[in-house]
Amino acid sequence: MALKKGSAGSLPAGDSDPMLPKLFRVEKRRRETQDTFTLVLKPAQGNEGFPFAPGQFNMLYAFGRGEAPISISGDPAQPQTLVHTIRAVGAVTQAICGGDRGEVVGVRGPFGTPWPVAAAKEADVVFVAGGLGLAPLRPAIYQVLAQRDDYGNVELIYGARTPQDMLYRRELERWRGRFDMRVHVTVDAAPPGWRANVGVVTNIIPRTRFDPAHTVALICGPGIMMRFTAQEFLNRGVKAENIFVSMERHMKCGVRHCGRCQLGPTFVCQDGPVYSYAYIKEWFERREI
Amino acid sequence: MEPMEAMEPILAEHPFFQGLEPGHLKLIAECATRVQFKANQYLCKEEQEAHQFYVILHGRVAVEIFSARRGPITIQTVGEGEVLGWLWFLQPYHWHVDARATEVTRAIALDVQCLLSKCEKNHELGYQLMKRYAHSLAVQFRVAKFQLADIYGT
Repeated sequence: MALKKGSAGSLPAGDSDPMLPKLFRVEKRRRETQDTFTLVLKPAQGNEGFPFAPGQFNMLYAFGRGEAPISISGDPAQPQTLVHTIRAVGAVTQAICGGDRGEVVGVRGPFGTPWPVAAAKEADVVFVAGGLGLAPLRPAIYQVLAQRDDYGNVELIYGARTPQDMLYRRELERWRGRFDMRVHVTVDAAPPGWRANVGVVTNIIPRTRFDPAHTVALICGPGIMMRFTAQEFLNRGVKAENIFVSMERHMKCGVRHCGRCQLGPTFVCQDGPVYSYAYIKEWFERREI
Repeated sequence: MEPMEAMEPILAEHPFFQGLEPGHLKLIAECATRVQFKANQYLCKEEQEAHQFYVILHGRVAVEIFSARRGPITIQTVGEGEVLGWLWFLQPYHWHVDARATEVTRAIALDVQCLLSKCEKNHELGYQLMKRYAHSLAVQFRVAKFQLADIYGT
């Protein structure tokens, strides 16, 4: 099988002015790790849902601080709430994460290309997430599991720095308990008592079950990790056009105007963030672009 | 100890030995013993003499470095289809890490001296093992570099 070349198919940002933020209130805030929080947002007015496709992102606006692009990490089947998992590392993300319940944030989006979940039907699907990369993949996992009969073997490999740095612990345990999905967790280093794997995610790929000719690999994590992982899938016979990665770039507008997110001939905000590896590998991790 | 003839098909199926000709598998099987470790039992400890090279059949082994300040730190796990014990080819044939089973682990222990002596007598066997040894070292080296990059660090 071969999926469409290039990006995973861009979606329009909606009918309203894409530069105008909608107001959302923080409904819940949950600490995932020392510096990472999951925020559940609800519209400040009305009950209008927020439809999105897995892999898309929003520009979140902390008033008086600025905007940051953040992947949507909730369930696309539940558009009544908007879920974002955010690492508080800069002024904007710290302001967003530091807000109390009821705090208002601006939301523009959804932007960008989705994971090719529908196109992957009937194939084996291998999700590979590293660190915070599980957040943009989670909506795709929800969608595949919601239509589980439509897919072949489903595997999730998740790598983190330490056990304390893992996102969505309870959910990982729940997924692991399913009989129709295999979950492999690995960390770079672990204290005594850790009974799962230690090592890099590429070590786990040989232990997963997939038919290379009928496999779609969805990879999200740090650039180095995605490059090594994509290479491992290529070595095992998965075609480059069936390997998808989610790219991260700084951006200001989200609508192809500012040029900050240009990557080779593409703009990550609209041509990405999800690309097929066949298309993006030429610019992937290339220096000085 | 299991009869040697039972070892050869097990060795032949293990990824490390795949592709070896039956004659070589027979020689290796002559150095092999089936072993089993309970959870938390050590397969080896740092500075001990490396008498054995382990072919993991089932289970998981944590490779640990001990730090006086932080205690044991797991730097790698080795599981089914992998091998443990990379320095048995090199003098002074000592372990450089601790290895502890994190669950019930079944393995084939290959006697290092037996294996080395067979490799000295049969250079084709030595070359075949050395090719696999070099490949695994290269993989280990690549993985170590990847791990050192601390890619998830902020």
